[in-house]
Amino acid sequence: MVHAFLIHTLRAPQAEEGLCRVLYSCVFGAENSPDDPRPHGAERDRLLCKEQILAVARQVESMCRLQQQASGRPPTDLQPQPSDEPMPLHEAPRGAFRLAAGDPFREPRTVVWLGVLSLGFALVLDAHENLLLAENTLRLLARLLLDHLRLLAPGTNLLLRADRIEGILTRFLPHGQLLFLNDQFVQSLEKEFSAAWPR
Amino acid sequence: MEVREEELRQFCSRISALLRKEEPGPEALDALRRLFLIVSATKYDRKLEKAFVDLLQTVLCPPARPEPLQLLCAAILREMSPCLGLSLSCDHVQSPWQLSLVASVLLAQGDRKQVRNVGQRVFKVLESRQPEGPSLRPLLPAVSKAASLAPGTLREDQANLLNKRLVDWLRYASVPQGLPHSSGGFFTPRARQPGPVTEVDGAVATDFFTVLSTAQRFTEDQWLNVQAFSMLRAWLQLSGPGGPGAPDTDDKSEQEGSTLSVLSAASSAGRLPPPERLREKAFEYCQRLIEQSNRRALRRADSDLQKACLVEAVLVLDVLCRQDPSFLYRTLSCLKALQARLCGDPTCVRALLPLAQFFLSHGEAAAVDSEAMCQHVFSRVPAEHFHSPMLAFELVQFCRDSLPLLGRNLSALRRSFPSLLKLLAWNSPPLTSEFVVLLPSLVDASTAVEMLHALLDLPCLTAALDLQLRLSPAASERPLWDASLRTTSCPDTSQDPQLQGLLQHLLRAEASGAPERLAPLHLLLQPMAGCARVLQCAEAVPTLLQAFFSAVTQFADGALTNQLARLLLERSDSLYQVPGYEARVHQVLSAQFLGLCQRRPCLVVELAKELLEFVGSGGGLRGGGSVLTSVVWAVGEYLAVSWDRRCTVDQINKFFEALEALLFEVTQSRPSATLPQCPPQLVTALMTTLTKLASRSQDLIPRVSLFLSKMRTLAQSPAAGSLRCREDERAIGTRATELLNLLKMPSVAQFVLTPSVEVAAPRYHRDTNTALPLALRTVSRLVEKEAGLLPG
Repeated sequence: MVHAFLIHTLRAPQAEEGLCRVLYSCVFGAENSPDDPRPHGAERDRLLCKEQILAVARQVESMCRLQQQASGRPPTDLQPQPSDEPMPLHEAPRGAFRLAAGDPFREPRTVVWLGVLSLGFALVLDAHENLLLAENTLRLLARLLLDHLRLLAPGTNLLLRADRIEGILTRFLPHGQLLFLNDQFVQSLEKEFSAAWPR
Repeated sequence: MEVREEELRQFCSRISALLRKEEPGPEALDALRRLFLIVSATKYDRKLEKAFVDLLQTVLCPPARPEPLQLLCAAILREMSPCLGLSLSCDHVQSPWQLSLVASVLLAQGDRKQVRNVGQRVFKVLESRQPEGPSLRPLLPAVSKAASLAPGTLREDQANLLNKRLVDWLRYASVPQGLPHSSGGFFTPRARQPGPVTEVDGAVATDFFTVLSTAQRFTEDQWLNVQAFSMLRAWLQLSGPGGPGAPDTDDKSEQEGSTLSVLSAASSAGRLPPPERLREKAFEYCQRLIEQSNRRALRRADSDLQKACLVEAVLVLDVLCRQDPSFLYRTLSCLKALQARLCGDPTCVRALLPLAQFFLSHGEAAAVDSEAMCQHVFSRVPAEHFHSPMLAFELVQFCRDSLPLLGRNLSALRRSFPSLLKLLAWNSPPLTSEFVVLLPSLVDASTAVEMLHALLDLPCLTAALDLQLRLSPAASERPLWDASLRTTSCPDTSQDPQLQGLLQHLLRAEASGAPERLAPLHLLLQPMAGCARVLQCAEAVPTLLQAFFSAVTQFADGALTNQLARLLLERSDSLYQVPGYEARVHQVLSAQFLGLCQRRPCLVVELAKELLEFVGSGGGLRGGGSVLTSVVWAVGEYLAVSWDRRCTVDQINKFFEALEALLFEVTQSRPSATLPQCPPQLVTALMTTLTKLASRSQDLIPRVSLFLSKMRTLAQSPAAGSLRCREDERAIGTRATELLNLLKMPSVAQFVLTPSVEVAAPRYHRDTNTALPLALRTVSRLVEKEAGLLPG
């Protein structure tokens, strides 16, 4: 199952200044075990959760940047192309890495990530998940978000479109469940979504 | 984003007013979007008034509001979790959609009791399904999540009911095409004609519905079929025998019933209790998926899904066989056929891994030779697919997960280490930490030497792999290598058979047992040493070397330790010249050399010849001289009869002469390109070691005293052209003085500089860098005080 989904900024490989920002994150269920005898404030738990997500985002950004450098891709890859063609997401930089127990999540987890232009998408998974399915799902989510939020058009902001993101996640990743959706199912769901959320 | 509390409060009042209206409208939506951003953008809490939070909760409850509003309210409440004083409850929510929404907020609170409540409520609504009622689709993921967060959420009878439902959805989902729900308006009968259910290759489906079945429109239970399979593996693991949420079952009846179930499976599956029945149907589903994945999908997305389904089917079969060994017989025949199919298909290589895992887990029980498959996975797959980041990661995970299964039979894994290193060489950032964990299992006494060479040559391997990719004939698609490096600067090895041979050795798939010296290759691949990928790999090597040595020292015997020490010295001078690499590696090697000497002090005497050569060669001065400093220090510490009875005066004298010559060379000559400025640590180490040796062979004392006073003079008035700073000169001068003072009392010198083992053991300060200087300083002060009392 998916523990969290996040979208964050990706800086160009050569950029030195600026911080990695988490633009959107959704955690499915809480991590802390309520049987934990230590008294914990609600504020502290929330702070910890946010820090964990930020830590993941930073690591994804670093991995993506290293991969881009290693493959010698020019930094101009981060600028959106002016054409109307769909993004070739199968070519987009992607990868996976493992997070050991305690660093930063209590249990060991795996992160699958995808870099599209200046945005990073990541799924935080349980340690032994079907990574092929996770990768497919992440690509699907990225494609849906790019299409329905028109992230390629200049001036579009995803910060104030959380409702649409939630609409997509509720259907395609309900409660963090990875779904085995073939193309027809995806089209069906997309039609439902478009009907409920006219552009 | 700076929003003050007062502003926030006013903003929330405005939102309250908007939400209380009959038709909230786009203003409310816009305001909620902003509120979500405000709440989520900061990691610190935003205090919202209780009345407002209560209002947000009412939006989630009946009557239904527009979906965007509800989603935003739920998202805001989730963002604030854990939320004290949440009055939200799912007890009276009937609509599956709303229940799912409420559940998403409640499950985020981190309260197990609440999670169980949610699970119970969702289950009840699921059970009370009405045929014409709203879709139950939102509920299955909710119950699955609740059960995984709080195992034992459902009682045994409830779990069995759910099992029954899952069986229905998995196995008996309607094959006839679904009809569209809303039939408002009229349309031609032709438009209403539903198409058949097809396979992904377009053929009409003749067997039961699965996730690989397509149609124009889907019925409710076909949707539930998809969801049921999606949650199947997690549910089986949770609720199976031995699972965390499993009700206590009688294990004995499982074993006895197993042979019976093989016979009865074909016939009356209906008489099996629900958990067994679910397993049986799950088995059939997986078999069907495996068959379906053989078809040639018309669309790329479906082709991707087929592979994911293959992986999942094998994983589910693994769970089934673990829970009920009677499945093994049927599964094996099915999977062996699959293995033959997959081994020949490079696009399905990722599905090979769970298959190999399955054979490893169950191979013994089924007398299957899993070794051949593992060999293929460890040796051949990396060679062809090292450049795929996802496969590389999964393969390394597979290696880690297989360790307990392989037990003592690690020979296949160990033999294939050169192949596995290719994955690391190409994808070092994500895989370095994984290999640090894996290394101790990869290395043993027979592969240690070869492994050390391989680790030191890892960046060279990266360059070689890059070269291999460029030169391969199949390089038609988008380049996998660093496209910014022009091909003209790429070396050509086709002419020289020696280079070809070395390249083949570097790119070998299995341990050869005979390490080769790759110096000519280092030269050849020099143009690629600045590649980003090579640089990244070079940064990972020091960490790996540490891991290697800490693993090897656990089992290395005397002979191996000596071999490694020799290798260390030899290779310190023969590394692939990546910018910054040599310096970093030298730091690790120097520390490790000392470590080896500490474990086995007689090493110094046994390797006296090699050490003398190393000291005399002058090559140790490159790269900061850290290795040379360690060698000098080790000689000073351990070249003594107290450490090894075979130490002779002759040896001490020979070393003395060599070290004296070295010290002369580094201090008298001007720094130049071939003889870089000698670091002060090396100078002081040399002086100290010479003094130590002199204290053991007291004829040398006059010579050393002379040298030390020259050093002191030199330090006090440094020669022109010296690049050392004042502090360094002062340190050298001080040390020279202290040593001179010490030598005035030879027996004390011997005690301080060559303490016997019993005395050396309880060192008051563990750090070797401070113990000796402290002793020297103390003695110095004593001597100077004494000198003050003597006449003249």
